[in-house]
Amino acid sequence: MLQYRIAFMAIAGKEIRRFLRIWQQTLIPPVMTMVLYFIIFGNLIGRRIGEMGGFDYMAFIVPGLIMMSVITSAYGNVSSSFFGNKFQRSIEEILVAPVPNYVMLAGFVAGGVVRGIMVGVLVTVVSLAFTSFTISHVPVVVAVILLTAILFSVGGFINAMYATKFDDVALVPTFVLTPLTYLGGVFYSIELLPAFWQGVSQLNPILHMVNAFRFGVLGVSDVNVVFAFVMIGVFLVVLVAWALWLLDRGKGLRS
Amino acid sequence: MTHALEIKDLRKTYEGGFEALKGIDLTVERGDFFALLGPNGAGKSTTLGIISDLVRKSSGTVRVCGIDQNKEPEAVKRMLGVVPQEFNFNTFERVHDILVQQAGYYGMEKTLALKNIEKYLRQLELWDKRFDQVRMLSGGMKRRLMIVRGLIHEPELLILDEPTAGVDIEIRRSMWRFLERINKAGVTIILTTHYLEEAESLCRNIAIINHGEIITNTTVKDLLRQMDRSTFVADIQGDVTPLLAETAFDMQLRDDGSLAFQVRRGDSLNQVFELFNRHRVEVISIRPRTNRLEELFVDLVQEDQQKHADKAAAVASAAAGGAA
Repeated sequence: MLQYRIAFMAIAGKEIRRFLRIWQQTLIPPVMTMVLYFIIFGNLIGRRIGEMGGFDYMAFIVPGLIMMSVITSAYGNVSSSFFGNKFQRSIEEILVAPVPNYVMLAGFVAGGVVRGIMVGVLVTVVSLAFTSFTISHVPVVVAVILLTAILFSVGGFINAMYATKFDDVALVPTFVLTPLTYLGGVFYSIELLPAFWQGVSQLNPILHMVNAFRFGVLGVSDVNVVFAFVMIGVFLVVLVAWALWLLDRGKGLRS
Repeated sequence: MTHALEIKDLRKTYEGGFEALKGIDLTVERGDFFALLGPNGAGKSTTLGIISDLVRKSSGTVRVCGIDQNKEPEAVKRMLGVVPQEFNFNTFERVHDILVQQAGYYGMEKTLALKNIEKYLRQLELWDKRFDQVRMLSGGMKRRLMIVRGLIHEPELLILDEPTAGVDIEIRRSMWRFLERINKAGVTIILTTHYLEEAESLCRNIAIINHGEIITNTTVKDLLRQMDRSTFVADIQGDVTPLLAETAFDMQLRDDGSLAFQVRRGDSLNQVFELFNRHRVEVISIRPRTNRLEELFVDLVQEDQQKHADKAAAVASAAAGGAA
C-alpha cells in the first residue's frame, strides 16, 4: 500500500539521515578498529602464522572482519537509535500515527542494514590496502551480508525494546555478541580445535554466518553453507516474530 | 452525523493496581472546542493517551468520528492530531525534517506535506526557523512546533494536552487566536489546561474529571451559571476593624492589606460599596480574586475530594467495626 510505503521510507530515511549526520561516530570508528585488526592480527602476527584454510592469514581473516563490522554496526545502529527514540519519547511521533508495527520494524531495520552494509563496504575497501582477493560467489556474498545485517538489526531492535536505560543497550553486545563473534571463526578455522570444541562451535550461529560469507569470498568454509542459510533463516523468522510480538504488546512503549 | 469523539465506560488500571479511570463516558460533538479539566493525576492525560493510542485501555470503547478504535485503530489515528504535554522531539533534528517525517508517517505525498508545512509554519510564525535544530528553539517555539506537527495531516480532531504550558502571555494569546481560527475552519479541538482563563475564553463545552471519574460535563455557560458567588479583592484605605465586625460578605483582611469579599447571587456590588462608605473606607481599586471558571473548578474539585474523603472514612470505620 502506498501510504505504508511512504511511512516506511519516512522511518528508514530518518534513520539513515541520523547515522550519516554523525558519520564520525557511526562510520569511521568501526573502520578504524578493523584497520587495527588488519595491522596487528593480519600483518604483524599473521606473518608468523602463515597459511590458514589454504590462504595467507590476512586473506583468511578479511571476510570474518567484514562480517564482524556488519554485525556490530547493524545491531548497534538499531539498538541505540530505537532506545534513543524511546528515551526522548520521539517514538510517540510514530506511535500516534497510522503506522503498522511491521512497517515501524522494517523502517528501523532498514537503517541498521544500510549502516551495516556501508561499514562493510568501507572495511572491504580498506582491506584491499592489506591484501587482495576476488569474490568467488557473488550471490552468496550479497545474500549472507544482507540476511545477517537484517538479522542483527532485528536483534538490536529487540534489545532496545527491553532496555530501560542506556546500560541495557550495551549488555548484549558486550556479553553475547562480542564473545560469539570472537569464537565464531573470525580469526581461526575451527579445524584447529579439538573435536569436542568443534561440535560446540557448531552451536554458534555467528560461526555459520562468518563461514558462509568466507565461502562467498574465498570459496572455503568450515561449515555446510546450505545449513548456514537455513540457520540464518530460522533465526530471522524467530527474531522477527519476537520483535512483532513485543510491538504488539507495546513492551516499553505503551503503558 | 457521528460525534467527533464518543467514549463509553472507559477504564484503565495500571500495573500495580492504580485505577486511573473508573468507567468514564464522554461525548464531543463535531466542531466543538471542548475542555477536559481536572487536577494533577485526575485522569486527563490517561484519557487522552488512550484516545491517541499511547496508553492501553483496560476496557471500554473509544470512537472517533464514528470509527471504533478497537476495530480500525489506524483509521482512528488518521482522524487524530496529537499535541502532547511533554516535548517529544529528537532535539538534534531540524524543524523541517521533523515535519516531513511526520507527514510521511501519515502516508502523505511529499508535495502536499511541503504545502501544509509552509502553511502552518507561517501561521504559527515559525517559517524562519524551519532549518534550525529543535534544540535551538525557545520553549514557546517548541510548543508551536508541536501544534504544527499535530496538524500536518489535517486531522478532524485535535487533542491538545496543555499546549500553552510555560508560554508567555503574548504568545499564548496568539496561539489562542490560531486555535480559534482552525476550530472555526472545522477542526474539533479537545483541550486540557491548567489555565482556566484559557478554557473559559476558548471552549464551549467542558468536562471536569477527578479521581478517574467525570464529575461534571456541561457547557461553559451553564457551568458559570451555577456560580452562586464571586470573590473580589479590593485595595483599600482606612480603618477596616468596624467593617470586619459586621461579618457581611465574608470579608477577610489579606496579608497584603487588601480586603477579600464574596458577593452571592442576588447581592449587588452597590451593597458592598454602601458598606464601605458607611465605615469611611476608601476603595482604591477592585478586581475578581480569580477567573470565574477557576473559582468554580476549585469548588467542584474540593467538593469531590471531600466526598472521596468521607467515603474513605466510612469504609475505614466499617472495617474497624467489622474487626472489632
